[in-house]
Amino acid sequence: MSEALSQTSIETGYESLVKKTDDGTRKLSVYVQGAYCAACIQKIESVAQHFSTITETCFNFTTGAMRIEWDGRPDLANDMVAYIEAQGYDVLPYDPDLQDEAVKREDRFLLLCLGVAGFAMGNVMLLSVGVWSSDAETMGYATREFMHFISALIACPVLLFSGRPFFRSSMRALSGGHTNMDVPISVALLLATSMSLYELAHSGEHVYFDSVLMLIFFLLIGRYLEFRARKNAGAAALDLRAALSSFATILEGKTQKRVAVHEVKQGMIALVKAGEKIPADGVVIDGISEIDSAIMSGETLPQTVKKGSRLLAGTLNIAAPIKMEVSKAVQDSLLFEVAELMDNAGQSNARYVRLADRAAQLYTPFVHVISLLAFLGWVFVGGMAWQEALMISVTVLIITCPCALGLAVPVVQVLATGGLMKRGLLVKSGDALERLAVIDQVIWDKTGTLTNGVLMPESLTGIPKKTHQIIISLAHHSSHVLAKNLAASSDVDLLDLTHVKEYPAKGIAAKFQGKKIRLGARTWCGNKAVKPSQSPELWFEMDGQKPIQFVFVDSLRDNAEQVIQGFSAAGIKSTILSGDQEFAVKKAAQNLKVEEFYAAQSPKDKFEFLHKKQQAGSHILMVGDGLNDTAVMCEAFVSIAPGSAIDMALNEADILFSSHSLEPVGKVWSIARKVQQLIFQNFGLAVIYNILAVPIALAGLVTPFVAAIAMSGSSLIVIANSFRLRSQL
Amino acid sequence: MSVLLYMIPVALLLGTVGLGAFIWSLKSGQYDDLDGAAQRILNDDDVKQPEEQDKKPKK
Repeated sequence: MSEALSQTSIETGYESLVKKTDDGTRKLSVYVQGAYCAACIQKIESVAQHFSTITETCFNFTTGAMRIEWDGRPDLANDMVAYIEAQGYDVLPYDPDLQDEAVKREDRFLLLCLGVAGFAMGNVMLLSVGVWSSDAETMGYATREFMHFISALIACPVLLFSGRPFFRSSMRALSGGHTNMDVPISVALLLATSMSLYELAHSGEHVYFDSVLMLIFFLLIGRYLEFRARKNAGAAALDLRAALSSFATILEGKTQKRVAVHEVKQGMIALVKAGEKIPADGVVIDGISEIDSAIMSGETLPQTVKKGSRLLAGTLNIAAPIKMEVSKAVQDSLLFEVAELMDNAGQSNARYVRLADRAAQLYTPFVHVISLLAFLGWVFVGGMAWQEALMISVTVLIITCPCALGLAVPVVQVLATGGLMKRGLLVKSGDALERLAVIDQVIWDKTGTLTNGVLMPESLTGIPKKTHQIIISLAHHSSHVLAKNLAASSDVDLLDLTHVKEYPAKGIAAKFQGKKIRLGARTWCGNKAVKPSQSPELWFEMDGQKPIQFVFVDSLRDNAEQVIQGFSAAGIKSTILSGDQEFAVKKAAQNLKVEEFYAAQSPKDKFEFLHKKQQAGSHILMVGDGLNDTAVMCEAFVSIAPGSAIDMALNEADILFSSHSLEPVGKVWSIARKVQQLIFQNFGLAVIYNILAVPIALAGLVTPFVAAIAMSGSSLIVIANSFRLRSQL
Repeated sequence: MSVLLYMIPVALLLGTVGLGAFIWSLKSGQYDDLDGAAQRILNDDDVKQPEEQDKKPKK
């Protein structure tokens, strides 16, 4: 074994991420996890009191991003990170350049439009209330016209400024040859303004500047809420990408240095200790170890690697330190296969038409036809002057304008995604909940999804207490993942052991009160006569005693059975598709009372199973975490992944949950159903409102005052209804 | 009614001041970490902060 392998390596490498700012200070960006309250913020930022050279700390509680600036040596960064970690928070390296500037700009743009529209609405309303509360005789024609004139002066520039989100979107839709909700909105806004300007020029009685501004204001609220729901999820997803998973230890001659994983290049020599992830694809050049590739293939049994073996990025080194040479990204059959499948995935979720858009498709022609009929009816049947008739048709457009409809979907979705986020559930797109509400089948991956993805020893009963103590003490000395899990499985007083020595690919040996003890592989210290278990195992042997066997199993997540029962009670069938071996899948399926399960599935098998079902018209939810599930998640109607999944799966999933329990999957489904119900109720309310309002507008009875009351009233009712979701969260 | 000639400009001016304040707060990044701002209000000021700790990103 070479010197480098036996040496303990330095644990951090944050100095490599330190950047110099323009004014000569040092800057470090990290991602801090685990802050939940005001005290956390204070504790994290107290790093500034601890290091007197720090000039500025900035911790963003919403995103977890933290920036520290200081005067002095760059390697202080490691001490600062160590200090924050000592406070009990997880720190990850972070690249702020990956944060999307465009999202930030759009956020400010919408808020600015909203603020300007709010200001204008308030001021114009101030003038309008004066006009409404008196008539022309008491007020005087000149004064009324003056008020109208000031209103126009405020409203016209603000329409052009704050109306931009709607104009842009409708232009985009029209130039693409289709229509969306923003087209009728833009038409109504422009028509109402031009009509009011015409009235103003002819000293008319009714101007609708206040209605125009109110429409813009309410609709921008809906627009901003919708954007925020998307942004929150988008920001978190970006953060996942910007949070560079970790550092790798790179050897340059005799020296070691820590390098962020994304900077690891071909030809570098990396040292991977037991318990670390393989940083990049490559080949083993020194050492013998075992690799756990459950996250890639779903296979729970570890594979032994030695000099010359190929390694895949993302798999876990569980036994002993190894040296590897980073090679070009390996055209591994599995990764290649998955990438190819993903290219073929039909993106069935991209074909999904969102509820709001479906409503707009029904609504737009309906409103425009009614408005046109009103005009024609009054001119040709009612014998009205065309100006007055046009006024009526414009009021139809204004009063039916979808304030309530525009708020119906975003308000519910913002409440839902916000509430779910607090429970550790990240909904990446607003329509994910809409799609989730209509599923009729669930496909589960086993390893890492239904199970915890961690191998823990089966019950340790029947071992004398003293022996138990010795075993745990010995396990504590090992760097092998199975031994570590064994050590973590029980809490006992540790005993003093001597002559501790670890043998790669064999096990660990020591002496206890002069007796030789060994913990390790079956071939090294086990009883070869016993039938090998189908699960990973460790053996313990003490001089003069029979060897003891420990079998390691991947246990089911908490509440897995209840969640599956909950789905089947609602008539939603569960199926397990796993890459693992038959016996392991069968056992899990029996424990969970799932009748349909398939083992040893390749990514292609999984993909085709799902594809066939979806061709037959099923709406399928895929829950998975590994590389082998990624293509299926891409193709599925909607997909959920645990936070422990690989990056590719996290990117493809519509919803992420961070919990050891499976309960969030059931919860998010029931919330999605509730959201669906509330959205339909809101649509219903909007329809009732229109049934009442349209005849009034058609009769020509709508004054600016009536329009203002009707629009704000209907919006408030929809918002109030949406807030009923709060009690469900 | 001639009082309107003063009152309307005054009302508009006050509104504009409010709008100006809003735009300033928006530009200075006060809406970037709303959850954090809600939590920070609970922190005591007793702990000596080395410098002003607000969330202004440096331009």
